[in-house]
Amino acid sequence: MALPEIKQTATEARLATLSLPEGGWSEPARRAALARVQRVGLPDRRDEYWKFTRPDALVQPVAPQAAVLKSDESMVFDSFERLKIVFVDGVFDPQASDDLSLEGVSVERLAKIAEQDIHWARDLYGTLEERGQEPVARPLAALNTAFARDGVVIHVTGKPSRPISLIYRHEAEDSDPMLHHVVRVDPGAEATILENGPAGARFSAVMEIDVADTGTLHHIRAQGRDHERSAVTHIFARLGAESTFKSFTVTVNGHLTRNEAVIELTGDDAVAHIAGACVGDGDFHHDDTIFVTHDALNCESRQVFKKVLRNGAVGVFQGKILVKPDAQKTDGYQISQALMLDDDSQFLAKPELEIHADDVACSHGCTSGAIDERALYYLRSRGIPKARATDLLTLAFLAEAVEEIEDPALADDIVARLESWLIRRR
Amino acid sequence: MTALDHSSQVKEGVDQDTVEAVREVGGVYKHGWSTDIEMEYAPKGLTPDIVRLISEKNEEPEWMTDWRLAAYDRWLTKKEPEWAMIDYPEIDFQDQYYYARPKSMMVKPKSLDEVDPKLLATYEKLGIPLSEQMILAGVEGAEATPAEARKVAVDAVFDSVSIGTTFQEDLKKAGVIFCSISDAIRDHPELVRKYLGTVVPVSDNFYATLNSAVFTDGSFVYVPPGVRCPMELSTYFRINAENTGQFERTLIIADKGSYVSYLEGCTAPKRDVAQLHAAVVEIIVEEDAEVKYSTVQNWYPGDEDGKGGIYNFVTKRADCRGDRSKVMWTQVETGSAVTWKYPSCILRGDDSQGEFYSIAITNHWQQADTGTKMIHLGKDTKSRIVSKGISAGQAQNTYRGLVSMHPKAQNARNYTQCDSLLIGDKCGAHAIPYIEVKNNSARVEHEATASKVDEDQLFYCRSRGMDEEEAVALVVNGFCKDVLQALPMEFAMEAQQLVAISLEGSVG
Repeated sequence: MALPEIKQTATEARLATLSLPEGGWSEPARRAALARVQRVGLPDRRDEYWKFTRPDALVQPVAPQAAVLKSDESMVFDSFERLKIVFVDGVFDPQASDDLSLEGVSVERLAKIAEQDIHWARDLYGTLEERGQEPVARPLAALNTAFARDGVVIHVTGKPSRPISLIYRHEAEDSDPMLHHVVRVDPGAEATILENGPAGARFSAVMEIDVADTGTLHHIRAQGRDHERSAVTHIFARLGAESTFKSFTVTVNGHLTRNEAVIELTGDDAVAHIAGACVGDGDFHHDDTIFVTHDALNCESRQVFKKVLRNGAVGVFQGKILVKPDAQKTDGYQISQALMLDDDSQFLAKPELEIHADDVACSHGCTSGAIDERALYYLRSRGIPKARATDLLTLAFLAEAVEEIEDPALADDIVARLESWLIRRR
Repeated sequence: MTALDHSSQVKEGVDQDTVEAVREVGGVYKHGWSTDIEMEYAPKGLTPDIVRLISEKNEEPEWMTDWRLAAYDRWLTKKEPEWAMIDYPEIDFQDQYYYARPKSMMVKPKSLDEVDPKLLATYEKLGIPLSEQMILAGVEGAEATPAEARKVAVDAVFDSVSIGTTFQEDLKKAGVIFCSISDAIRDHPELVRKYLGTVVPVSDNFYATLNSAVFTDGSFVYVPPGVRCPMELSTYFRINAENTGQFERTLIIADKGSYVSYLEGCTAPKRDVAQLHAAVVEIIVEEDAEVKYSTVQNWYPGDEDGKGGIYNFVTKRADCRGDRSKVMWTQVETGSAVTWKYPSCILRGDDSQGEFYSIAITNHWQQADTGTKMIHLGKDTKSRIVSKGISAGQAQNTYRGLVSMHPKAQNARNYTQCDSLLIGDKCGAHAIPYIEVKNNSARVEHEATASKVDEDQLFYCRSRGMDEEEAVALVVNGFCKDVLQALPMEFAMEAQQLVAISLEGSVG
């Protein structure tokens, strides 16, 4: 079917600014991804999947400028022992990064290996993204597969002693990076991946994650700092039998953020937890779009999303649990909640269940409201000033999502950050 | 299903009604017979001439004909909606009859005594006798109630025409107008003109636009200020003719401080070819008024292999215009091969309230995509949604809803609960709620669950000596209790039976 003219024109305009990296094993994958983009076109506001979020800033040919935030505040995770991999405006910075060798894991740079004739990443690069295009097209992810020049490929073979930390720095006001990461976790292996920093004025990231049977991957991400940046991120994860994948994202600031997670539970007894907490203030539009597919027996999935909104901030949640016909004994849970601190903010949600098996327990909850006046009154009656009481209640509201982080030290760091952000923006 | 011996003892703790319901199940679809009656058809297909002809047959004034023709023009520009989770072969809108009436109705009978006995017998057989002495007979339990207390006025629509409305005199005394919409267009044009199309605009959606062009009959209700309608009003829709679509239009106006309860029932014969039903219901609720609208939709669902059945595309909407107005939708959807229906409330007046209670049961190859919209515009508006979906066989059952809190809807509240029950591993149950909150004093709570029939409960019932289908019917009735309780008494009984019947053959 031919694309509508407006969409066709917008897609062509965006593609005209990009050039496809040539050579090596990745070229066929990139060309196939480009064909996917051309077939469905880039999203516009008429797409149902973008009903609540206008994709204009993510699609327009040139990235909208974004000022770099000058702050002397230390970055998240700074106090942790970790394997640092730094990207400046989307380009790997070997000076700022650690030596990439670490026991139990092999880390390589995409830009380097993409030129080779053959590499294990070939089996995954663009593969999970392509699987994630059904039943809903995600053209911005395919665009990333086609054009991303940098990123890391991580092969977890054991249990590395330190988390692998991807640090993104934003220096040019018009930077428009695309990063594509590929992660493979071997049977029985376990690792933690951290991501933080504002990668550019406009950032597109795709992470394809393949967790083999009995493998475990933790993913903790902090998006914040710059007020004007926009970002679209995609996680595509495929989980084998008895494997575990837990992902948590905290978002503060940013003009527009769309985080998509497409999780497929393909082996029996797999577990996936996806959680997010965001604090939005003012010109802030944050969209969590989650699609969890149960395609095996006895799997568990949890989606926990909490949004604190004020001064006209907009929070969006589109979450779906799809249970395929033979995915019996599925335990699916989804909660999305918004706390609106004033009258101008908006919460738009579409929590979906699609269930084709009968022996399942699936539920979702979705609420929106203001701060509990009685709880506030109680705290104030105990002598706590109103602002502090509001912070405490806000943190308590966010706690359910933060609790999804397994490592208590990392969870504490996130809570401390949230608290300082709340105080600062008051 | 093994029919229960009538003399068998009712086990302790088992609801008598449920046992009765199970007993009732003789055939599969009770209302699948047809009436052999001479019919008069308009030629097949849809053209401006057909629209004019329908208007002419109804002896409508010119403004109405023009209104229909304008709708027809709009319809030509509209596309069939594709977003619902329903899958059906393309409908050939030119291969349908848009007008069919029994020949005996060519001259409109002056009173019920003049109506063709065959038609009266049809309704008799459906348990809806069109005589004023009787209450809704054929509904178990109703006999026990004193007749006076349970009067129900019935408007009976057969294919394209209303064949009669009972208790019109009694209602006139109270000032209530209850008649077919075609009578209303002739007798009360000022009211119809003032309100028709104000809640569901002509170009609202593909099916509503089609309906606006070709609607043939339906009911009209006007309750004047301060009047509490002295009896329940009811419309019974029967599709009889083959290849004929039914397009009815209902307009209910509850003026300031009035109250009315309206019931709607529908059935159709078994046919191998699917038939189209596209209705529009508009309700206007003024200050302090209250409307209860209950539906038991039991159109022919198609056979076990998914052949035939009614395609049911319905637009129902209530506009709570006045402060403190209230509307309550209750629906039991057991029939139809395809259901596409979202009874909605626009809560415009401050303190207005909307409620939606729904049971949707799909079995065999039925597909239902149904739910509601609650649009909160006024201050302190409240809405409550309770939806119970039951899916069995190869059926697909979807709840689709919208709760929208506009910036000015200060202190608005919504509570939504939607539960799905799955019986068998080939069926599907889905929930697609949209929640849009644009002010922080509004509180929205949404919960949805999906699960299978609780094994422990089934085991308990079986251990008390019930057979499996009986046990399932009981558990399902328990699951639906919240909604069944919202129905008027006669309908609750009928609905409870329907729940059992609709699930027949679902336990393997």
